[in-house]
Amino acid sequence: MGESGRAKPRAETRREVMRFAGALSFCHLLPAFSVRPAAATPAGLKAAMAMVIGDAKLNVGRVKLEIPPLVENGNTVACAVTVESPMTEKDYVKAIHIFNEKNPQPNVISVKLGPRAGRAAIATRIRLSDSQTVTAVAQMSDGSFWSTSVDVLITLGACLEDPL
Amino acid sequence: MARSLIKVSPKPRRGEVIEIKTLISHEMESGFRHTNTGAAIPRDIITTFVATYNGEEIFAAQLYPAIAANPFITFYTTARESGVLEFRWTGDNGYAATEQVKITVE
Repeated sequence: MGESGRAKPRAETRREVMRFAGALSFCHLLPAFSVRPAAATPAGLKAAMAMVIGDAKLNVGRVKLEIPPLVENGNTVACAVTVESPMTEKDYVKAIHIFNEKNPQPNVISVKLGPRAGRAAIATRIRLSDSQTVTAVAQMSDGSFWSTSVDVLITLGACLEDPL
Repeated sequence: MARSLIKVSPKPRRGEVIEIKTLISHEMESGFRHTNTGAAIPRDIITTFVATYNGEEIFAAQLYPAIAANPFITFYTTARESGVLEFRWTGDNGYAATEQVKITVE
């Protein structure tokens, strides 16, 4: 048995791993098998966003959501939102909201700003229970809504995996 | 009285946009966790945070259980005149905390 003989089983192992990884990726498509209690569903997220936005149109852009794409611990995730706005008396950001998709509750934080802020930016630390999409919505003084979404991968989720 | 930390430039120039960093120690029990015996742990979080600048509200936030323990909030304001920045946190079970910072605008 030479070098090539030993290489073969290793190649199969890799194939197994890839197959397993492929199966894992499908797990995300099966929310019906989720064991998490009372997770906010995309429907819950939609309802929470509708409470804020109402009938207005949600535009994409003008908002920058800074959040690490890969997070080890969902208990504290640094998260910053910056909105492009001149922040004058006539044109300013009225409110910033952050929503999540899969936590037990879709709301994360709602913030009220005024023209005095000078800069439409906030930063905080949030909890994320699972890999999911985080959305930031900004309400402008003219009544328009702007948003952005970021996908976050969580290795260890918050809230539900650490019972006392 | 809960421990809180405020970081703000003490002597900003007039009209300067200043960053205000606030941190308060609080467990932020989400209400979605259970003990080993399966009993639900009741929610105990800070629900509102308000900042005023010489009595005028400059920033208000509504917090939800998805805010991490020891809520840390950073925001901005324009330094207009010397005075007092007051921060107020309120929450479940009658929780209330306030903190003041004096700033001198040059």
